Amino acid sequence: MSYFIDRRENAKHKSAVNRQRFLQRYRKHIKRAVEDSVNRRSITDMKRGEKISIPDRDISEPVFRHGRGGDNTIVSPGNKEFNEGDRFNRPSGKGGGDGSGEGSASNQGEGVDEFAFSLTREEFLEFVFDGLELPNLERKQLLDIEEVKPVRSGISRDGIPARMNVVRSMREAYARRIAMRAPIRRALKEAEEALAEEEGKEPALRNKLRLEELRAEIDQLKRRLEAVPYIDTFDLRYNNMTNQPVPSNKAVMFCVMDVSGSMTQAHKDIAKRFFLLLYLFLERNYEKIELVFIRHHTAAKEVDEEEFFYSRETGGTIVSSALNLLDEVIETRYPPGQWNLYVAQASDGDNWDDDSTTCRQILSDKIMHRLQYYAYVEITPHAHQALWDEYERVAADFPDRFAMQQIVEAGDIYSVFRELFRRREAA
Amino acid sequence: MTDTASVSGGERKSADWTFETLEYYEQAIARIAREYRLDIYPNQIEIITSEQMMDAYASVGMPVGYHHWSFGKQFLSVEQSYRRGKMGLAYELVINSDPCIAYLMEENTLMMQILVMAHACYGHNSFFKGNYLFRAWTDASAIVDYLVFARRYISECEEKHGVETVEQLLDACHALQNYGVDRYKRPSPMSPEAESKRQEEREAYLQAQVNALWTTIPTHDAEHLSDRAVTDSEDPLALRAPFHYPPEPQENLLYFIEKNAPLLAPWQREVVRIVRKMAQYFYPQRQTQVMNEGWATFWHYTIMNQLFDEGLIDEGVILEFLQSHTSVVAQPTFDSPYYNGINPYALGFAMFSDIKRICEHPTDEDREWFPDIAGSNWLDTFHFAMANFKDESFVQQFLSPKVMRDFKMFAIIDDDQDDMIEVGAIHNEQGYRRVREALSAQYALGQREPNIQVWSADVRGDRSLTLRHLVHKRRPLDQSVYPVLRYLHQLWGFPVKLDSLDGDDVVHRYQWPLPDAS
Repeated sequence: MSYFIDRRENAKHKSAVNRQRFLQRYRKHIKRAVEDSVNRRSITDMKRGEKISIPDRDISEPVFRHGRGGDNTIVSPGNKEFNEGDRFNRPSGKGGGDGSGEGSASNQGEGVDEFAFSLTREEFLEFVFDGLELPNLERKQLLDIEEVKPVRSGISRDGIPARMNVVRSMREAYARRIAMRAPIRRALKEAEEALAEEEGKEPALRNKLRLEELRAEIDQLKRRLEAVPYIDTFDLRYNNMTNQPVPSNKAVMFCVMDVSGSMTQAHKDIAKRFFLLLYLFLERNYEKIELVFIRHHTAAKEVDEEEFFYSRETGGTIVSSALNLLDEVIETRYPPGQWNLYVAQASDGDNWDDDSTTCRQILSDKIMHRLQYYAYVEITPHAHQALWDEYERVAADFPDRFAMQQIVEAGDIYSVFRELFRRREAA
Repeated sequence: MTDTASVSGGERKSADWTFETLEYYEQAIARIAREYRLDIYPNQIEIITSEQMMDAYASVGMPVGYHHWSFGKQFLSVEQSYRRGKMGLAYELVINSDPCIAYLMEENTLMMQILVMAHACYGHNSFFKGNYLFRAWTDASAIVDYLVFARRYISECEEKHGVETVEQLLDACHALQNYGVDRYKRPSPMSPEAESKRQEEREAYLQAQVNALWTTIPTHDAEHLSDRAVTDSEDPLALRAPFHYPPEPQENLLYFIEKNAPLLAPWQREVVRIVRKMAQYFYPQRQTQVMNEGWATFWHYTIMNQLFDEGLIDEGVILEFLQSHTSVVAQPTFDSPYYNGINPYALGFAMFSDIKRICEHPTDEDREWFPDIAGSNWLDTFHFAMANFKDESFVQQFLSPKVMRDFKMFAIIDDDQDDMIEVGAIHNEQGYRRVREALSAQYALGQREPNIQVWSADVRGDRSLTLRHLVHKRRPLDQSVYPVLRYLHQLWGFPVKLDSLDGDDVVHRYQWPLPDAS
């Protein structure tokens, strides 16, 4: 006796819990592997998963078993030229025990086998950004409410058909039917009893007229009973939705980069990786992200991504030009009430000397109070210049919102990024 | 793939299966199986996706299982090899339960589905029902309910005591799970209702028992004590004389822990018990791999051929089948890069096919080697062999010179006191018996795994637990002994010692915690 069951529609990922348990247990290993991989791979393909290897010895489940040594006899198939009593040197790399002659040669070597598996993209990013948080992720307040979200708020008598609550409507209808039919039923029952009583009499004693009357009444009552509608517009109930204001879930990320002659393509690549990391990170926290690219030498310009990263410029550097443009863009397009604003600036630290003070003033007076966060990375192996010093003063004034770090080479990016967005203990 | 046979006489031109075709072939297989007297549990055949198959693999085929990271590890490695195309998932997954649950993957071709049904739903299923080890050690009708119970119980423990605590405990139990079976005592069948009904009762009872054992005041100068003469004037009744517990060595380590570990909480004892019960359930499978796979492979081969002979499947299907079958029973030679030990499918299939041959067309050699079965009714012999043996005894009893010759088997003696290895025996007249002996020993669980037993628990002294490892052929323990002892120490709560004994000599002492270096 057999029967078939189609289980294809059942939940898959039955092992999801166990998988998570595993990842949790080997967090440290996986994190190390992820960090290596982030430094190694180009940030543009951050969006795929990663193959992770953990040394077998760290992951083994120990049991009592025989080690190598002792007196073992092993039966193997495929004898070609051996005869009883033939003697050989022990194949190298094997101490006997589980060996089978020269058979499993592929198993030789240091014996450091690896347990390899793949992380999904989500899991990978989870590990990449583990322990990081966006500073000042207080969602933009509700003062100038621009965004609303419909939420369920009880039941109402009117609404659109799509929101009809069938269960509640049917319940209402049922109650109404009971209420409307009860008196008719009662009358009907009385009439039927009277009829039965009348019919129970001797035929000679029956009141013909009364019989007729009763029958007519019963018919009429039955008709009325049937006429009670099964469902009436009166019964219909709808899920009521009201609009609730929600904190803005939109962010805009400004990428500001110095493209003056002193910035080489290598500098720009480093900056690009930094921006991409930040973008991925923001993407995990906000539903919608817009990117604004501002590049500058002596003058600033808003450009598209391609131009931002790849077109070459020469000339001197005036950083304040970019900050002024930034201020202007915020002013015209991204009212801080609706947008969460993040700025990432990359530069090699060069600036006209007396411009750096101007930069600090623009930042302190106009820009900083509107932002969620300002991250400045300086890509230079050299000593800092005036801009850095001025920025340090800004950082002192806005310790929660302004952060700066130096990057010397590409490998530093990830650690610098982590440093900038490290989860901070509540002060 | 071309056409397959039809349900109602018309030609069916597709390799794709439908539920109707599956049912049609299932009935055909059932009819053939009845002719061969295959006695089975009812089949519950489940169609699943490949992802679900991976889930099933990861939980050793159990339809429900408790959560543990090691199953996640298993899942990841299955997923990895499946993605790389290293492993076909298709072959079979069947659960020793009543009804017998077997999985068919939706991606399989019709041929594959027929094959898996013949192999799993009739081959393995009848083996589960007929073999003495399975009959003695597992209760097919209760396993699924027990699994449900175990999963719920362990989740409750996680809620109450924290995931990490439970995980620690399971890690420790898993390390000992191969020592969770009474090899010589028939277990009482598990029943889920009784299990949960008795569980509270048992918790109290177990604890009381443990308490009774441990309500002695530990004396700290235990060593001094044991030196004392039994007839001490201060202790005329010898109350403090050395006392040996357990009276007999115990081979079931988990059982001993469950009943005697001094510090475990009742729920922890229950978890130990769950792991022990699971180990017991898998115990027969570990000892009947060659037989079980050989039996199932023989029947799928026989049934597929009969379906073809009866015209129910056509040449295309049978060729596709033969290709698949051939790769299943392929045995790479020892020097091949693909060699990974003796393939249980290949050896089992060869042995069962050979038994049939010996019964039907015995040679003089067979009459000399197998006087009892040469020329007998092959089906009777088959069912007898399936029901009453495990790999070790099956090889010992039925491995014929012909199979040894076909496999070109040879035995290598690898003795670490000899700086060379030696060919001990080959597939010739002088060697057959020794090769067979050696192969049989290779399948003996008692020799594959170290023989370790509980020797004593110092109930009146420092409460340490001493195990004994009886060394076989000078084979030492692997370094993994230390982490296992550490786990054992976690369960026991007091120092744990392990002595390796070769004859009467202690050749190695292990202990945990490790002695101070000073």
